[in-house]
Amino acid sequence: MKPNLQSIRKWAVQTARLCCGVPDYDVYVKHLREHHPEREVPTYAEFFRERQVARYKGTGGRCC
Amino acid sequence: MQTAVTQPSPAGKILWVAIAIVGAWCLGVVALRRGEPINAIWLVAAAIAVFVIGYRFYSKFIANNVLQMDASRATPAVLRNDGLDYVPTDKWVVFGHHFAAIAGAGPLVGPVLAAQMGYLPGTLWILFGVVFAGAVQDFMILGLSIRRDGRSLGNMLRDELGPVAGVVAMFGVLVLMMIVLAVLALVVVKALTHSPWGTFTVACTIPIALLMGVYLRWFRPGKILEVSIIGLVLLLASIWFGAHVAASPSWAAAFDFDAKALAWLLIAYGFCASVLPVWLLLAPRDYLSTFLKIGTIALLALAIFLAAPTLQMPAVTKFIDGTGPVFQGNLFPFLFITIACGAVSGWHSIIASGTTPKLLSSEGEARMVGYGGMLMEAFVAIMALIAAASLHPGVYFAMNSPAALIGTTAQSAATAISQWGFVVTPDELLNTAKNIGEGSILSRAGGAPTLAVGMAQLLHGIIPGEGMMAFWYHYAILFEALFILTTVDAGTRVGRFMIQEIAGLIHEPLKHTESWAGNLIATAICVGLWGYFLYQGAVDPLGGINTLWPLFGIANQMLAAVALMLATVVTVKLKRERYVWVPGIPAIWLVVCTLTAGWYKLSGSISFTAAAQKYAQAIADGKVLAPAKNAAEMQRIVTNNYVDAALTAIFMLLIVTMAGFAINAILKAWRINHPTAHEEPYVALGSVPTQ
Repeated sequence: MKPNLQSIRKWAVQTARLCCGVPDYDVYVKHLREHHPEREVPTYAEFFRERQVARYKGTGGRCC
Repeated sequence: MQTAVTQPSPAGKILWVAIAIVGAWCLGVVALRRGEPINAIWLVAAAIAVFVIGYRFYSKFIANNVLQMDASRATPAVLRNDGLDYVPTDKWVVFGHHFAAIAGAGPLVGPVLAAQMGYLPGTLWILFGVVFAGAVQDFMILGLSIRRDGRSLGNMLRDELGPVAGVVAMFGVLVLMMIVLAVLALVVVKALTHSPWGTFTVACTIPIALLMGVYLRWFRPGKILEVSIIGLVLLLASIWFGAHVAASPSWAAAFDFDAKALAWLLIAYGFCASVLPVWLLLAPRDYLSTFLKIGTIALLALAIFLAAPTLQMPAVTKFIDGTGPVFQGNLFPFLFITIACGAVSGWHSIIASGTTPKLLSSEGEARMVGYGGMLMEAFVAIMALIAAASLHPGVYFAMNSPAALIGTTAQSAATAISQWGFVVTPDELLNTAKNIGEGSILSRAGGAPTLAVGMAQLLHGIIPGEGMMAFWYHYAILFEALFILTTVDAGTRVGRFMIQEIAGLIHEPLKHTESWAGNLIATAICVGLWGYFLYQGAVDPLGGINTLWPLFGIANQMLAAVALMLATVVTVKLKRERYVWVPGIPAIWLVVCTLTAGWYKLSGSISFTAAAQKYAQAIADGKVLAPAKNAAEMQRIVTNNYVDAALTAIFMLLIVTMAGFAINAILKAWRINHPTAHEEPYVALGSVPTQ
């Protein structure tokens, strides 16, 4: 795959979101459709809220 | 993959020989040139060459022989893919995420403090420490966790060293966390003491974060980038407005606090921030600080490359004999605990066994993320060292020495520092303070202000302009305060969960994290624990950092030693005994450093016990020693020092206990002639249906 502007942008957005504890929404939706078709697909806003709360639950993901 | 390291092509060989020669030459210039100042670029080039060689050869050796990473083996992300926590992710995305998680205030503070011994000792420890210890720890723990379903450090210790070892380590992590939070909060206190401009801008981050939180919740859910840009613009506006606040006598008075008042404010803030819902304050602040952190590190790198400053600090100062004003103690062992993050940091083992192992789509990528990520962090540490060493040494010592040694006026400070051999005039000190828009630069220990002045001078050299230096200084202070406060918020929350888990063992209902009573009680305990040490630092006779940073260093290196012990045990359990030295030697080195440093802090002239006795003796003689103003404050200083001594003893006991468990496990595994490590069974990547 040749890196072009679009893939760099996608990479930057995905990295920035993951740094804030928000994984890729499209990947999650694809996963749900393929493996759990019976479950309702959350909207991005719902997905975002769920992840926001989940991030600060476990043992922290940051350093001194 | 039992194969040996692949042989490079002839062209490749020539390239690597060339890199080695350039690296050795630069390192030679850094280490051997005396009497004339050298340019920082030599240091940068030496660092890059060492890191590139370490990565190409040593990390590959570890991947192929010690961990035996296998690209054909399915990772937890592939096996347990749930689209949320376990997701096979592009390696560059994982790398970015991992680096953002491990980079914090630590690598920026430690090297600045260590610069009192000159730039050379710190540089050598960062370069060789990271290649042979720090990056080895991060990479090996990541490698072990990938083979164990992405389990945490605590779980792996329980599996491989036994349940008691797991509990001991969990307790150690909790205590370490309290010290980390206290010492980081103290860095903020030191930076903001009697600085209305700084205090105003940092205070502004609270309403800005609340606004961002509300915006993200109701107006534009999930639009992180958009809201972060709004936040950044507001932050820059608050720095600009802060200058006017500082200039107005009535407004300045409202934001002018002493260290004690700031400590109480931070304690109150920490409590509120971790009780409120995360979306309101913690999360938006986290986004802002993450992006600002990466951006500022990039800015610092750019400034160093463009400004190419000359290092004004000597390569080695006379303070390697242990008489330095910034922290007490000899080069060995105190240099090796002062620079913790940047060379080797125990905290990373928690992150390397946290989210990262659940994201890697191939074992082959662990080397780049684990080992490579840590090399990047070491580079940040080198840049912080350069920023500190490029300052006028007189200014550096004025900022980092306690008032007990240099007094409280520019005149007394200049006299004292000139006597140490770093000639400086009172005017130079006053001018620096004026340029950065502050009343005084004296005794602002803790790394952040020094780094901020260094950065401000570098950036000012590239983008000159009237008053811009003060802007850059307050920008740097704001950025450090912002991400330290985020760590304090998030750390208090994590500490609260850990306390609730422990309390749940005694009284079950306390465990429920949704219960308000459990929440408030555990948060109060957590804030009380770190708040105690923070307040102690604020009233400390030697300014706090001098006292607390060694405790932090000992605790952090202790955790690193424990992580490396785990790696050593597993290496033996896998019957790869001939590679036991890879994690074993750094583990022994860290045990020796922490125990020696702990011993000096328990007995002898620079110990907590000696400080306690000095004040106890003065009480008996009816005298009052500064900064105490009465007998009650004297008594408090005595108690604080005994608490620190007890804590040091606990850390030492903890490391000896863990070493006992590790040696026991190693001896047992050595006698058995088959592998006994608790790895998950091999599943071929090709046999897992693709997502």
